[in-house]
Amino acid sequence: MALVSGANSPLYAQRRRKNGITMGLAYAATGFGLTWLVLILAVLLWEGFSGLSLRVFTEMTPPPGSAGGLLNPILGSLVMTGLAVIIGTPLGILAGTYMAEYGRYDKLSSVVRFINDILLSAPSIVIGLFVYEIMVAQMGHFSAWAGAIALAVIVVPVVVRTTEDMLTLVPDTLREAAASIGLPRALMIQKVAYRAARAGMITGVLLAVARISGETAPLLFTALNNQFWSTNMNAPMASLPVVIFQFALSPYKDWQELAWTGALIITLSVLTLSIIARALASQSKSQ
Amino acid sequence: MESRGRQPVADVALQGGSVSIAETSDRSKVLQKLRLTDIGFRLLTRGAAIAVLLILGGIIVSLVWGSWEAMSKFGFAFLVTESWNPVTEQFGAISPIYGTIVTSIIAMVIAVPIGLFIALFLTELCPMFLRRPIGIAIELLAGIPSIIYGIWGLFVFAPFLQQYVQPFLINTLGNVPGIGGLFAGPPYGIGILTAGLILAIMVLPFITSISRDVFAAVPPVLKEAAYGLGCTTWEVSRYVVLPFTRVGVIGGVMLGLGRALGETMAVTFVIGNAHRISASILAPGTTISATIANEFTEAVESVYTSSLILLGLILFVITFIVLAFARIMLMRLNARVGA
Repeated sequence: MALVSGANSPLYAQRRRKNGITMGLAYAATGFGLTWLVLILAVLLWEGFSGLSLRVFTEMTPPPGSAGGLLNPILGSLVMTGLAVIIGTPLGILAGTYMAEYGRYDKLSSVVRFINDILLSAPSIVIGLFVYEIMVAQMGHFSAWAGAIALAVIVVPVVVRTTEDMLTLVPDTLREAAASIGLPRALMIQKVAYRAARAGMITGVLLAVARISGETAPLLFTALNNQFWSTNMNAPMASLPVVIFQFALSPYKDWQELAWTGALIITLSVLTLSIIARALASQSKSQ
Repeated sequence: MESRGRQPVADVALQGGSVSIAETSDRSKVLQKLRLTDIGFRLLTRGAAIAVLLILGGIIVSLVWGSWEAMSKFGFAFLVTESWNPVTEQFGAISPIYGTIVTSIIAMVIAVPIGLFIALFLTELCPMFLRRPIGIAIELLAGIPSIIYGIWGLFVFAPFLQQYVQPFLINTLGNVPGIGGLFAGPPYGIGILTAGLILAIMVLPFITSISRDVFAAVPPVLKEAAYGLGCTTWEVSRYVVLPFTRVGVIGGVMLGLGRALGETMAVTFVIGNAHRISASILAPGTTISATIANEFTEAVESVYTSSLILLGLILFVITFIVLAFARIMLMRLNARVGA
C-alpha cells in the first residue's frame, strides 16, 4: 500500500465517489422519509379541518346518513383517560421509587426493569385481551371500568420508566444532606427527591396520557362503544379512537368525515401534550 | 427558622405538628412513628414494583386460561392449519401468523436502511441549527397514534397504490420469472403489501430516533481519530460508528420489529382480513392483531373466542422473545459505552 497517495490518485477518487454516493443516499433518505410524514399530516389537516365545526363538540354521534358531532366519544375518552391516569400513576411512581431509591442495585429491581421495558412495547391488543379475560368475561358485560383499567395497564410502564430515570438523576448529595439532619428515608424521598425530580415525573405522566389518548386496540373489547351519551361506568362507553375506527370503515360519507375530524382532534391533542412534556423536560434539565 | 435546620427531625416534628401527636408525648413515640411510616413506605414501593411483575404474570396466566379450550381442542395443529371457519368451528393460525411475519418483513426491509441513513444524516451531515428541529419532529411523529396511519392508509394510500403503483408492479415485476408470482393478481389496493408499506412509514420515526441516539453515543474521540487519518464521512460511519454501535442498532431494529409485529390499527384498516395464504403480496391477507380486532366482538361461540385469545397468546410470545432480545442488545451497548 502506497502511503503517499496524491489527490489525483485513482484510489482517492474512488473513495470520494463512494462517499459522495452514500452521503447523497443519506440526504435522499431524509427527504423521502420526511415527505411521507409531511404528506400524512397535510392530508389529516386538510380533511380534518374541513369537517371541523362547533357542532362536533356539542352534538352526539349521529345515526348513518345524518349530521352530528363527537361529544359523547370526546367525553368518554376524557373520562377513561383520566381514570386510567388516576389508577396507573400512583402505582407507576411507587414502583419507580423502589427501583431508584431502595433497590437500585438489587435483583428485584433489575428483573422489574427488564419486564417493565417489555411491557412498555407489548402489543396493546394483548392488553385488551388480558383485561377482557379478567374483567369483561368475569362480569359478563363490557364496561367503561374495563376500558379505564386496560388504559391504566399501559400507563404504568411509562410512568415507572420516567420516574426511575428522573429519580436516578437526582444527585446523591441531596439525599445525604437530608439524611444528615436525621430525616428518615421515606420523608427524604417525599420531601427532597420527589421535589427535585418533579418536572421530570410530570413529563412522564403527560407522555403516558399522550400514549393512551390514541390507543384503540385495548378499548375495542373492553369499553366497546356506545352511540349515546352515558356516564354509567358499568356500561359500554364511546371513545374517540373506537368511533374513528367504526366510522372510517363505514360506507357513509358523514361518518367518514367525522372520523377524519376525530383523527385531527386526537393528533392535535397528542402533539400538544408531547410538546408540553418536552418543554417541561428541557426546563428541568437546565435547572 | 435558623436553628430549626440543625434540630433532630423528631424535635421539628414535635414543634411543627406535622406528625399528629399530642404535644405532651415524648420523643421516642414520634421516632417510633417515623420508623413505622418509613418501613410502611418501603413496603408500599416494593409492593408496587412486584405489582409490575404481577401484571406480566397476569397477562400470561389469563391468556393461557382463556385459550385453554382452543389449545386442548386443536393442539399443535392450530399452528399449522390454514382453515379459519367459524361455522364449522375449525380454526388454524397459520395464515394470520404468515401475514404478521410477511408484513413485518416488508416494513423492516424498507424502514431499516432508510431509518439508518436518516440517523446518519442527523448525526454527521445535518447543519447544527437543523439537528434539533428535525430530531424533535421525528420524535413527535413517533408518538402519533397508529389509528391515524390506518385511516390515512385506507382513504389515501390504498387508492393511490391501486391506481398507480400496483398496475405498474403487475406489468413489470409480475412478468419476471421467479418473483413474478409475488406480484400477480388484480390490484386490490388493500392487501399484504399495503399493510407492510404503512407499517414501514409508521416504524420509520421509531427506528430513526433510536439509531440516532445510539450513533450519538459514539465517543467523539474515536470518530476524530478516524477523520484525522483521512477517512471520508462514509468510511467513519461504516468502519467506526457502525461497528461500535452494532448491538445498539440491532436492539433498536428489534424494538421496531416488536412494534410492527404487534401493531393493530394501522394494519387492520388496509389488510383486507382474508384468512388465506396467497403467493402474491398484492392479495388481501390478515395478521394476528387484525384478526383479533376484526372478529373478537363478533365471536359468539366459546371455541371461537378461545381461538382468538390463543392467537393473542402466540402474538405475545413472539413479541416477548423479540423485545427481550432487543433489550439485551441495548443493555450490552450501554455497558460498553459506560465502561
